Amino acid sequence: MIKLRKSDYEKIVAHAKKEAPVEACGLIAGELEGGDKIVKKVYILTNIDHAEEHFTLDPREQLKAVKDMRAEGLIPLGNWHSHPVSPSRPSDEDKRLAYDSSASYMILSLMEEEPVLNSFHIEGDKAEKEQLVIADE
Amino acid sequence: MKITVAGVSKEVAEGLTVAQLVIDENVEMPQYVTVTVNDDFVEHDSFEGTVLKEGDSVEFLYFMGGGAV
Repeated sequence: MIKLRKSDYEKIVAHAKKEAPVEACGLIAGELEGGDKIVKKVYILTNIDHAEEHFTLDPREQLKAVKDMRAEGLIPLGNWHSHPVSPSRPSDEDKRLAYDSSASYMILSLMEEEPVLNSFHIEGDKAEKEQLVIADE
Repeated sequence: MKITVAGVSKEVAEGLTVAQLVIDENVEMPQYVTVTVNDDFVEHDSFEGTVLKEGDSVEFLYFMGGGAV
């Protein structure tokens, strides 16, 4: 299970809508509790591809985020990105570039009026949806 | 000499290169890894020629990207 605060979910949605039709992206960090991931902080990073169907996290911002996580005692849990006009599921490219099987890959779809956020465990070309809980706090 | 790798202080041999550190640290899929030394980005073709010094701080950053298609 991966738990995300509602305020962090809203932060992701707001930024993704602002960036659309360009893909938005960022990092998630937090804590492990048993087998569960608790997201404590969502980072918004620049998509240096500035593209509608691709994203690459800005490495300089990534470095800054990693240092911030360390300073706050958080561990990297994965990343998130938006699919402005396609479903919330990993594309072939998402799977090919998901090097870390311990990470959670969150994908926000804006293709329908109501945004859809899913989190995936990706290993090789296999992607499994994780149980995502969006809680008030 | 002492260097810091991903926030952890380590004792390493004098003359250690970034390329050797990548091997020693068992960095997986190094082709997708960006290395910084004291916040300066080191190009992949400079890994062999970059010799670390006492007090250097090294970070490994994995490429993160994807696409909708």
